[in-house]
Amino acid sequence: MSADTTTKLVYMANQIAKFFESKPHDEGVAGIASHINDFWEPRMRSKFFEIVDAGGTGLRPLVLEAAANIRRPVAA
Amino acid sequence: MKDFIIPDRDFGTPAAKSKTMVTLTIDGFDITVPEGTSIMRAAAEIGITVPKLCATDSIDAFGSCRLCLVEIEGRAGTPASCTTPVAPGLKVHTQNAKLKQLRRGVMELYISDHPLDCLTCSANGDCELQDMAGAVGLRDVRYEAVETHFKAKNTSGEANPQYLPKDDSNPYFSYDPAKCIVCSRCVRACEEVQGTFALTIEGRGFDSRISFGAKTDTAITSDCVSCGACVQACPTATLQEKSIIEIGTPERSVITTCAYCGVGCSFKAEMRGDELVRMVPYKHGKANRGHSCVKGRFAYGYASHKDRILSPMIRDSINDPWKEVSWPEAMEFAANRMNGLIAKHGRHSVGVITSSRCTNEETFLVQKLTRAVFQNNNTDTCARVCHSPTGYGLGQTFGTSAGTQDFDSVEETDVVILIGANPTDGHPVFASRLKKRLRAGAKLIVVDPRRIDLVDSAHIKAAHHLQLTPGTNVAVVTAIAHTIVTEGLFDEEFIRTRCDWDEFQDYAAFVADPRHSPEATQLLTGVKAEELRAAARLFARGGNGAIYYGLGVTEHSQGSTTVIGIANLAMLTGNIGRRGVGVNPLRGQNNVQGSCDMGSFPHELPGYRHVKNDSVREVFESLWGVKIDNEPGLRIPNMLDAAVEGTFKGLYCQGEDILQSDPDTKHVAAGLAAMECVIVHDLFLNETANYAHVFFPGSSFLEKDGTFTNAERRINRVRKVMAPKQGYADWEVTQMFANAMGAGWAYTHPSQIMDEIAMLTPSFAGVNYERLEEMGSIQWPCNEQAPEGTPLMHIDGFVRGKGKFIVTEYVATDEKTGPRFPLLLTTGRILSQYNVGAQTRRTENVVWHDEDVLEIHPHDAEVRGVRDGQFVKLASRSGETSLKAKITDRVSPGVVYTTFHHPDTQANVITTDYSDWATNCPEYKVTAVQVSPSNGPTEWQEEYNAQAAHSRRVLAAE
Ligand code: SF4
Ligand code: SF4
Ligand code: SF4
Ligand code: FES
Repeated sequence: MSADTTTKLVYMANQIAKFFESKPHDEGVAGIASHINDFWEPRMRSKFFEIVDAGGTGLRPLVLEAAANIRRPVAA
Repeated sequence: MKDFIIPDRDFGTPAAKSKTMVTLTIDGFDITVPEGTSIMRAAAEIGITVPKLCATDSIDAFGSCRLCLVEIEGRAGTPASCTTPVAPGLKVHTQNAKLKQLRRGVMELYISDHPLDCLTCSANGDCELQDMAGAVGLRDVRYEAVETHFKAKNTSGEANPQYLPKDDSNPYFSYDPAKCIVCSRCVRACEEVQGTFALTIEGRGFDSRISFGAKTDTAITSDCVSCGACVQACPTATLQEKSIIEIGTPERSVITTCAYCGVGCSFKAEMRGDELVRMVPYKHGKANRGHSCVKGRFAYGYASHKDRILSPMIRDSINDPWKEVSWPEAMEFAANRMNGLIAKHGRHSVGVITSSRCTNEETFLVQKLTRAVFQNNNTDTCARVCHSPTGYGLGQTFGTSAGTQDFDSVEETDVVILIGANPTDGHPVFASRLKKRLRAGAKLIVVDPRRIDLVDSAHIKAAHHLQLTPGTNVAVVTAIAHTIVTEGLFDEEFIRTRCDWDEFQDYAAFVADPRHSPEATQLLTGVKAEELRAAARLFARGGNGAIYYGLGVTEHSQGSTTVIGIANLAMLTGNIGRRGVGVNPLRGQNNVQGSCDMGSFPHELPGYRHVKNDSVREVFESLWGVKIDNEPGLRIPNMLDAAVEGTFKGLYCQGEDILQSDPDTKHVAAGLAAMECVIVHDLFLNETANYAHVFFPGSSFLEKDGTFTNAERRINRVRKVMAPKQGYADWEVTQMFANAMGAGWAYTHPSQIMDEIAMLTPSFAGVNYERLEEMGSIQWPCNEQAPEGTPLMHIDGFVRGKGKFIVTEYVATDEKTGPRFPLLLTTGRILSQYNVGAQTRRTENVVWHDEDVLEIHPHDAEVRGVRDGQFVKLASRSGETSLKAKITDRVSPGVVYTTFHHPDTQANVITTDYSDWATNCPEYKVTAVQVSPSNGPTEWQEEYNAQAAHSRRVLAAE
């Protein structure tokens, strides 16, 4: 995974988080997870989990909280 | 080919709207009509045509020609039937000895000052003066006029001062003053129908002449926007389409739909053989009511332009020249490549891009190709780059992405908020209808960084122009909500019954926070607090309030949030669910709505149903006999990222030019260059085709059957008026390709595709070609609950049940100005060009816009030493380009503006890859830039042009 893609995905996840941060906490966490589940293609989610598994550098806290509810893609 | 000769009678004056009915007698026949109807129209309704010259039913009667005289028992004189309204019990005579004599006298006067060259006149056979001479039985003209307007020289050979030469300056129509009867229909059409006020009558009596504004103005130098309404209204050859002058009169007409913008105007394509003679807006078209703009009426020349590619072409590498091949060869080549990629890299390594310009049926097939044949969900559409936030925002708040109204609704609007849209350029026919309503007294609030024409134009002045800093929409919309909530201007009754009250409380508490007040945000937004408060009060208290918005809302990193904010405003003020109100996205391309409806997005099947829903997939799986992937596919930017990463290899792109229309050109080019099979299906070798291996030539909207769905969800028929020049309609090409890949499809007509759509999609269940034939057009949802379609949404309740208020926190875009890039660039479009310009650049429309220019405020120009008309370099952190500067105070200091209609400009080299948080709709509307004087094209432009020229080489077929 190129540094470029990582930066992009982190950026996108954080952008989503900024919208949901203004919601009540639980709703926000659920909102991020379902948004990423609904709109991110498995390749993107795989890379997202590579980032999370490597410590989630750069991701906003709410994204990290939501990660538990994001579907890990089954290996293709 | 089906031929539709629809009698399009002229009733002389517009229909009256009154509910009170009046009965009278005309020539011994009883007739009952609405109060306010003219006697002329009443007579026409029972089939009696009173002779007329200055009246036509698209405009109000004026009563100047005196040909339509009638007698009314018990009334003195001979009133004009066009200006005399009906009254109960009138006994009207339209024909008797006295009337006959009077009418002949009138005609004699007209004809004595009119050239008698009927046989060679371009209006021969289509001239009302000629018709009327016949109708009144004019047999000779007893005197020869001494003074005329039509003789270039008088009898002694001196120049006639009354003679004016023909004005041929407009590329599409000519004005020949010699044939003018000064009936003023053209003037009234320009005012009432178009709302431009370009024409006036100069002088009085015998001296009166039609003129394009000032005496020295020609059609092309005047304010005229070339909509053609005057040409259509003119009863003589004075204002005449040049195509009629060149070809002659048409012999049949076919009703079809404009392929340019989301208004979706209906047209009569008037034909002679298979030659298109002219396009005339169709009076019974429900989107346009007989009006059109310059693009739809005149700019169809691209369909027969020499640049059109008519043979399929292939090549091994994008460095090779193209090789023309037969259709079967092209199909085999394309299918082998795609199959090879799937075999090697898996079924997720390929995908499609559907077009917002093609028909619903064609789009449906393209997404079916990826879902059923490639077996993935990698489908996206250019709607991604314009209205995807509308889908998200309205879906969340109301439960459906649908715009809530039809265009007729504007006739009952009292206050309009227009935000991030420029309808006089982008949606001209809607703009004309809006202007008509504004002239009748409705109020307008414009929210736009730029002073668009509607802020201040002929007989129109916006009540408020909130000239915000680009990128601050959310802050402005929230400040409007703040004002409405804190000043208690909201519609509590509506909110209690129609929305979730608890959610409203949270929302109200959020917006009421002082940090959202206009005073707190004015520094950020650049909008004066008092102005904003006044606008908010006007909207909340001014009667029926409607919000219309465009790409200036969606193409931002907070695009979806602004759409949510707009929906909140409508609910807050109770402006949903009846005529005259609503939330109205003005969609850009002709079939943006349709391409979204048809399942072009990677996460949803046709009808906006997420691929994760088992029950929905099952419906498709059982009909198509394949397994549908339950994971969302890649969106355009994700496809390009994946291509650069090496996991996405093949693309079938129909009718879109992503290299020109998508942001960050360099990234798009890199993505395309990394793919191993790019199939472009288009009319022209577009910019994307520079990176393609296969080219399928496309067919124009004149060459195929199908449907387009406009911004009001109206499904309009597109009808084939001529055979496809390259052999196949686009849906046939997609089918051939699918079958080459083993699909086994067997559609023989687009109506069968629509039947399949109806079977699979509940909101289309009641749609089929027969119903469309009967009803003319249908607004979805159309099904058992709404057999006639649905002009207005959410009448008794929101689609999702209770309307949902959602808080809208302003998040500043990361695209910020700084010392290197101190200006904000925003982009837009202009009337005469369309989107990336592939079509309009190939028409005479270039006379209005032959290049993109950069608008810059005088202050910013001065400090940079930029002069008007001079080349400037425009640079952002993504790249740089050059174009000419135009100094104007339409933009605020700190803001620059350009259009993106010409590939040479490469405006998208400048735009960045920032995008909407929810949908990845690119942030076209805000880019930090620097402007400096320059001598010409940048290195990138030159490199690009060299690559394009190299790539466009075609080897002649052996
Ligand atoms: S140009 Fe045509 S419509 Fe206008 S006044 Fe002359 S004849 Fe009438
Ligand atoms: S073409 Fe349209 S804008 Fe131009 S003069 Fe005629 S009606 Fe007016
Ligand atoms: S471009 Fe739009 S407004 Fe103009 S004729 Fe076509 S559909 Fe109508
Ligand atoms: S048509 Fe009535 S006065 Fe001209």
